[in-house]
Parts: sequence; C-alpha cells; structure tokens
Amino acid sequence: MIYDKGKIFLGLAIFVALVASPFWYNPVFGTGKTAPPEPKLPKTATLCVLPKAQMRAGHMQVIYDWRETVVRGGGRMYRHPDGVEREMSLSNTCLKCHEGKKEFCNTCHTYLAVKPFCWDCHFDPKEQA
Amino acid sequence: MSTGEGKGMDRRGFLRLAGLGALSAAAVPAGWDLLKPGAALAAGAGAPVAGRRYAMVVDARTGCPDGCRDCIGACNTTHNIPTFADEPDPRRHELKWIWQTSFHSAFPGNEQEFAREDLESKQVTVLCNHCQNPPCVRVCPTKATYQRPDGIVMMDFHRCIGCRFCMAGCPYGSRSFNWRDPWPRNAATGEPAKLPNPEYPTRMRGVVEKCTFCSERLDRGLQPACVEACKEKLLVFGDLHDAGSGVRALLKEHYTIRRKANLGTQPQVYYVIGA
Ligand code: SF4
Ligand code: SF4
Repeated sequence: MIYDKGKIFLGLAIFVALVASPFWYNPVFGTGKTAPPEPKLPKTATLCVLPKAQMRAGHMQVIYDWRETVVRGGGRMYRHPDGVEREMSLSNTCLKCHEGKKEFCNTCHTYLAVKPFCWDCHFDPKEQA
Repeated sequence: MSTGEGKGMDRRGFLRLAGLGALSAAAVPAGWDLLKPGAALAAGAGAPVAGRRYAMVVDARTGCPDGCRDCIGACNTTHNIPTFADEPDPRRHELKWIWQTSFHSAFPGNEQEFAREDLESKQVTVLCNHCQNPPCVRVCPTKATYQRPDGIVMMDFHRCIGCRFCMAGCPYGSRSFNWRDPWPRNAATGEPAKLPNPEYPTRMRGVVEKCTFCSERLDRGLQPACVEACKEKLLVFGDLHDAGSGVRALLKEHYTIRRKANLGTQPQVYYVIGA
C-alpha cells in the first residue's frame, strides 16, 4: 500500500525526464543539427608537419612535444620526414601557414567547447598586427 | 571535419576500422610517434651546448649616460613586458627583467664613507645573475625554473605554479610576480591589446618571470637584446669557457666584482668598477 501514489509517480516521472534531458532536449527543442565546423585550410602551403589525419587526432601532443623540446632545451628545429626544417613554434610556424587562429583553431575548439590554455599567453601574430 | 569522413559508417564498420588502426599502430613503430614525447622530433639547432658558460660583464666604470634606458626598453619590447606607465603607481605591478639601481643597492656591504663620489650618483644596471649555484632553482617545487647545461637559469612559464618560493630564494630581487594579467584583454574575444613583439608570448596572472639571457635570441645566433641595444657598449655577453671571448678579455684585463658574491650563489654577471 503506497500513500500518495499519484504524487510519487508524478515526481518520479519528472525526475526521470529531467535526468534524461540531454537525450531529448535537442530533438524536441533544438533548431536542427549543428553544422560541423569547417576550419579554413591554408591556401598556399601544402606540407604540414605530419599527415592530416595524424594532425587532426594528435596536434595537441605535437604541440606539447614542441613546447617541451623548445623550452626545456632540446632545440628548436623540427625536421620534417622529407627533410624540410621548421622552427617549432605555435605562433611563428603553425599560424604562419594557417589562415589564423579565428578561422582555423577556434572553429573546432568552439564546436567542441574546449578551451586550450595555449591562448592565455600565445597569440596569432596576424590578428595582433 | 570538412571532408565528411566517417559519414554513413555503421557501428560494425567503425569498430573494424578502429581495431585495424590499433593493430597497425602496434605493428608499425611510426604509429607510436605521437605517443612518445619527443620521438617524432629531430633535435636540431638551438639546443643548449654543454660545456658553455654564458656570462655578462657590465662595464660600470663610467656609468650609463643620464636617463639612458635603452637596454631596459629593448628588453621590455622584445619580451612583451608591460610598463604600466598609465597607472597611478606604475611600480605597484612592476615587472623587472633588467633594471637600474643605486650602487649601494646593487652592492650592499661595499659602502665606504670616502668612496669615489660619482659612485653615489650613478645608476648600476642589474639583472638576473644566472647564478652558477642558483637558490631559485633549488627551491622551485616544479622545476619551472632550472639550469641549462650552458649555465642559463631558465624559466618554463608553462610549468610555474606561482608559489613564489623562487622570489624568496633569490637574494637579488631578480624575479617579478604577475599579480594580474600583464596585458589587458578584450572581454569578448580574449585577445590582448597589441603586443610590442607579436612573435614572443606573454605570461598570465600568477606566473613569475625574469631575465632568460634571451635564450630565444641566442638560439638564433643573436646577442641578447639589451647587449644589442646599448649604444655605449657597456654590456658584454659571451661564453666564459671560450678563452677568446669578449667576456674573458674583460675579466682578464680588469678587476671585477659580483653582487653579494659572499652568499655563494656564484653570480655570472660581473661588474667592472675601476680601471
Ligand atoms: S613561483 Fe614558479 S618558478 Fe618560482 S618557485 Fe614557484 S613554481 Fe617555481
Ligand atoms: S639572480 Fe636570482 S633569479 Fe637569477 S639565478 Fe640567481 S638566484 Fe636565480
């Protein structure tokens, strides 16, 4: 025998609905699918430091490696597999080829709601100018 | 994301691909490159060379021309060090990599009643001494400040947690704390005001900073910015282990003193005081 059956089940239903809200909110109230980000790719440069798929999955590790190597004294130059040398620098190498932080980095970062703390101290020289 | 790969792939297909990917990563050593720090990198130019010992000799015989702050200005511009000039009290948040101070403050304990009179009025240029036995490095709990094999006492701003132990450890006041964001940022975009040198990063609130002997310029074969900026050529930088270097020549020719040498920190900035 349950007292206040109606109220309890109503409360439970509301609770379940609220907990499950991440699953139904978008289909019910959403404005349709969010467009996937379209980062602008460099117009002229063709040779990135690693193949596209690897950069897409692991650019943070590459940048982290660069940071440790440069700041903690392992040297500054990155040798590309086919011999091209580049300085290991986020602002001065990555962002010299790429369209810009706004058009390239930010598009995916905003979409995925990640806030890399690179940008606390490093900036896009083009946006600075 | 723009290529639309993976579109129309079902769960089974995805799992198959993921399994294949993991297998190939295990089989092909190159697949692990991303996971091993530094493995994908070929060490190149710019690595500190063991056996060097970088030092500076400051020629303080004549003193700087009155009002000259060329070295300080060059350092501020090169490393994006704000001066807070439009603040009511610019010294409140002051960040000092290289600065000027009186003879007495630079060399406490060397005061004499009847010393050369011009010593009283002249300013002495001081900076981090890149001590050979640096107390700042000993106390840093994160190794954010560390000594390179070439003697430079380096700062890794990424790793500094702002505990300020190093500031307590350094007997020369060579370290400054960012009490606040050094550059005002646009609230909407998060971008800072125009930086003097867009190619060099800034720091953020809660990080300690100091002179790095322009390690980034040395890596490019340049002299430190202050040395380059001094028109009087009163700052000389070089390798003490190179018998033919300018610093060695000055040390050989003149009697030099160091700041608070009795503390045992072995400062590597030397001052020529008399002929
Ligand atoms: S403030 Fe930063 S550099 Fe200084 S001791 Fe603490 S962690 Fe190390
Ligand atoms: S002068 Fe201060 S900050 Fe520089 S190495 Fe010596 S103790 Fe460290």
